[in-house]
Amino acid sequence: MEVLTHNFKPAAKKALLDKDLSAAMGRAESGFVDTRRKVTDELLNFEEFRTLGRDVKNHTLANLDYYLELFERNVIAQGGHVHWAKNGEEANRIVLDICKKADARKIIKGKSMVSEEAGTNAALERQGYEVIETDLGEYIIQLAGETPSHIIAPAVHKSKKAVTELFDRYHAPMGYETVTEHEAIVDQARQILRDHFCSADVGITGGNFLVAETGSVAIVTNEGNGDLTSCLPKVHIVTTSIEKVIPDMEALGGFLRLLARSATGQITSVYTTLFNGPKRDKDIDGPEEFHVVLLDNGRSEILGSEYQDILRCIRCGACLNHCPVYTSIGGHAYGWVYPGPMGSVLTPILVGRENAGDLPNACTLNGRCGTVCPVKIPLPSLLRKHRSDLVKAGSQGAVQKGMLSFWYVLARRPVLYGVLMRAFKTVLSLFALLDKAGQRGRIKTLPGASAWTSSRDLPAPGKSTFQALWKTAQSASNESEK
Amino acid sequence: MNSEAKAVSGNIGLFVTCLADLFRPSVAFSAAKLLENQGFSVTVPIQSCCGQPAYNSGDERKTRGLAKQFIEQFEEFDYVVAPSGSCSSMVKIHYFDLFGSEPDWQKRSQQLANRTFELSEFLLDVLKVSLSGVDLNPSNGSEGLSDKPFVDSKITYHDSCSGLRELGIRSQPRELLKQSCGVEIKEMSNSEICCGFGGTFCVKFPEISTRMVDNKIDGIVETKADILLGGDLGCLMNIAGRLKRTGSKTRVYHYAELLALETEGDLVDDGIAGEKNV
Ligand code: SF4
Repeated sequence: MEVLTHNFKPAAKKALLDKDLSAAMGRAESGFVDTRRKVTDELLNFEEFRTLGRDVKNHTLANLDYYLELFERNVIAQGGHVHWAKNGEEANRIVLDICKKADARKIIKGKSMVSEEAGTNAALERQGYEVIETDLGEYIIQLAGETPSHIIAPAVHKSKKAVTELFDRYHAPMGYETVTEHEAIVDQARQILRDHFCSADVGITGGNFLVAETGSVAIVTNEGNGDLTSCLPKVHIVTTSIEKVIPDMEALGGFLRLLARSATGQITSVYTTLFNGPKRDKDIDGPEEFHVVLLDNGRSEILGSEYQDILRCIRCGACLNHCPVYTSIGGHAYGWVYPGPMGSVLTPILVGRENAGDLPNACTLNGRCGTVCPVKIPLPSLLRKHRSDLVKAGSQGAVQKGMLSFWYVLARRPVLYGVLMRAFKTVLSLFALLDKAGQRGRIKTLPGASAWTSSRDLPAPGKSTFQALWKTAQSASNESEK
Repeated sequence: MNSEAKAVSGNIGLFVTCLADLFRPSVAFSAAKLLENQGFSVTVPIQSCCGQPAYNSGDERKTRGLAKQFIEQFEEFDYVVAPSGSCSSMVKIHYFDLFGSEPDWQKRSQQLANRTFELSEFLLDVLKVSLSGVDLNPSNGSEGLSDKPFVDSKITYHDSCSGLRELGIRSQPRELLKQSCGVEIKEMSNSEICCGFGGTFCVKFPEISTRMVDNKIDGIVETKADILLGGDLGCLMNIAGRLKRTGSKTRVYHYAELLALETEGDLVDDGIAGEKNV
């Protein structure tokens, strides 16, 4: 996917002006947050699950080579194929090869963020394949020519009205009527997708968890589209990434509990499916070929680095839903596949910190994401670490750097600092005089501080600093004691 | 005075915090008064900044410089108390991580961290002023709650993020306000959601910050509160500044300013960024 992370600021500003987006994000935020709270409160030992989730992931990452090879062996033993892709381009080449060999024309897809990362749809379309997304959200944004704005709810930014218009534009020529209500919208999409399911040659899905012990790929969906995508076409390709591997079925049980609750506030997703290779002799359905494409794309570099914790991410989206920045601007402003807190940690590593310096800075470090993450990723610390690495690499803005240095020199000289703060106060008080309505209580404009005063008043400081006032008061009381 | 409170004594170094020093001295005066009322001698060592702005900007070298200076200024005291969750959390939580390669300083920072507290945390968790025994203003002399200041005001509370999530401060200020002033907080639905201040965030990303503070204000307006309280001046200046700009009459104070009062009439002014802002 094209990297637009350098464009964060203008994109965010534009997003803030989009009223439909704000309304859609507001609805989604409260929905996700409230339902998650309810189901996590119900599971009394949810905190223990989080700790376990963290520990199991840490253990797997520490032995990643072992578990990946075990997974590979077990997939092959079941008649499947495993392909290793260093980057997105390689992953796409592998997918294209498989499609070519299968003499495919139409390819249907279940949701896969890894395929978004690799830009698989575009690569397939360039070669003349017809690609149809079958997750309703993905289908909607495919029609709109957009990218996902949320890792589990790709069309969360779209209002019902926008979907109605979109369906009208694309479905009316096929003889479908206008649909305005949720149920009718879903129904119409289902009718159209049914035909695609039955006529596709290859199905591509993602993989939420790769179970090493059994060579199974587990996915969770709420629409069942993943199952149809995987078992109706004659070839099934899983596009996934190396950090998704977990040791065994017992671990899977724990992660499924964590994922559904954290992601959508469900106790369990509607469909949980395990793929174990191609159709066996006695199976009544299933694909003839089964492929797993394992994408690295920089992940093995993160292993063993100070950022390793982010590899625990199970892509639940809870950190997005609880992030007041994400819910204000939506996902597109982040400029790449992964938005919100997990994206602001992961994206700079995968696309280059120098291209994405705004992302880790566009955060108040309020810490809410860290408290909900089901695998206890210390997201705020990792964001701060990025900031520190940006400073070390000298990629801080010149103005910011200059101001910080000036302030530092002062702050290291507390007496001088005190004198200058008092002087600063006097200057500020003069600006407060400009507020005619008030009585010097606040400052409405201050040169050099428009970022604050363009939307907020600044309280006018009083006569002197606390430290000076305290000193005067102390010496006065000492005097009177004498 | 609460009998249990006597068990704890010593010298307190008041960690004023930059914003209180510059913009709102009455917060620091209130904190000093509350501590002195509990029998402590309060000292204000000469101080500048704990280094938090540098830390959150990713400049660890400068942060370490300021952290060392802070440790030297404050380590002689039995306790360090600050009227701010984020500033005390800087010392309590983050100093330790800064000195990974300087074990001596790490040890000193840890010793100081153990004695550093946010004001409400110190009053309630360390001094253990209890429901029955609390009297933050011994000179007040009032018995029933009816003659306490603010008993009739509609007051809501903003939980600042660092204090809430890093130090677990939520019930303490509410408890103190209830005990001392009879104040029942009219909770807003989004009291625990960030107001958009975030230190330099609010000037680096002013438009996003403004949206966040507007969301916060929606929650405040819903409660119909005439007073907003909180424990961190950064957030309070942000919220108050936006409230005033949008013409709101809601007054904004640090909770310590209310606790230190004897009567409602003693309020220094109209609150942070109010018409009369002392
Ligand atoms: S970082 Fe944690 S909360 Fe965010 S998507 Fe990943 S697992 Fe979920």
